[in-house]
Amino acid sequence: MELAIGIILGACALGAGTAMIAGIGPGIGEGNAVAKACEAIGRQPECKSEVTSTMLMGCAIAETTGLYALVVAILLIFVAPEMFVEILKNAVK
Amino acid sequence: MSKKSVRFKVVDLIYICMMILPAVIGIVLKILTTPKTEGISITGAQIYLSYPFPVQDLVITSAQVNSWLVMISITGLCLYLTHGLKTRDILKRQHFAEWIVEKVNGLVGQSMGEYFKGYAPFIAAIIGLSAFSSLITLIGLYPPTSDLNIVAGWAIITFVLITYYKMKCGPLYYIKSLTSPVLLTPLNVIGEIATPVSMAFRHYGNVLSGTVISVLVAAGLQGLSNIVFGNLPGFLGEFPFLQIGIPAVLSVYFDIFSGCLQAYIFAMLTMMYVSDGFPLEEYMKKKSLKRKSKNSAMEVN
Repeated sequence: MELAIGIILGACALGAGTAMIAGIGPGIGEGNAVAKACEAIGRQPECKSEVTSTMLMGCAIAETTGLYALVVAILLIFVAPEMFVEILKNAVK
Repeated sequence: MSKKSVRFKVVDLIYICMMILPAVIGIVLKILTTPKTEGISITGAQIYLSYPFPVQDLVITSAQVNSWLVMISITGLCLYLTHGLKTRDILKRQHFAEWIVEKVNGLVGQSMGEYFKGYAPFIAAIIGLSAFSSLITLIGLYPPTSDLNIVAGWAIITFVLITYYKMKCGPLYYIKSLTSPVLLTPLNVIGEIATPVSMAFRHYGNVLSGTVISVLVAAGLQGLSNIVFGNLPGFLGEFPFLQIGIPAVLSVYFDIFSGCLQAYIFAMLTMMYVSDGFPLEEYMKKKSLKRKSKNSAMEVN
């Protein structure tokens, strides 16, 4: 029983860590977006406010996949272990 | 400038109380209901009340209560700002209120177009509610935006709006736009549902990640200060010196900047989806056709 619970907790932690690999994508994507926005502002400083607001929107949308991964990781850390242990206990009974 | 009358001052005082009292109520409720914990504790919203219900228990959580408190507070703020509107020698607060209205009108007109001009109050309400809900962490309350249920409710409102405007040319046109390449129908349906889901998750994930990271950093700093200052005698050895000030730097980003940015992004996305989903040209064509047929029918008569 203890071994099974240990495996569940370890697997949940590993899964959460693995899910956050998805954080690489938004990081690269947002970096690209901000770099291009900086270039655009450097070329045309008069449209700074428009470029900034468009960049923020783009960043927010690029962030979505990373946030999905974050939600999955948070569920795996805070919700999944209790649920799986409960299921295991019911199965043993 | 004429002096303010007593009645004016009394009404002002009532509005200021309406702004401040909800915050006090929230703090008192939090002090009364928070259980004592030691070490790191990352929990969801506190459950205040729970009623038995067939599928799932109906619960009233601190997120719901806090969001209502924020709403009352914002209502008080709006009433205070618009109290005593005049056409000449105006008060300072009227300047501020006019500035807000002008900004929101400009934003909505710029990103939604002329047709949706009446949307300014709704967008301003979304921005204000979302921003103040995130900023409520500054007085130590549970932010309603880090609860998925609250943000999902707002996203559903947006979804209903989007669907309403897509259906304005008739349900047949809506179904046609969903099945335009027949093979892609399932993808289109999924994309339709994914809009509110991604909006809710984006807002909730951003605020929640800030909270989790702040708690982790605070706990880590306590451990670090135990190691560094642990050898000092008595009270000095137990006091977490490193926790003074350093978490506040994170709070500037996660609570103030991120909260306001997410409010702006949520409102921008709402505006974008609603105005993009509405087939304005098609609608105008249909409207003019209808008018023409009406006119011709009248001519025949």
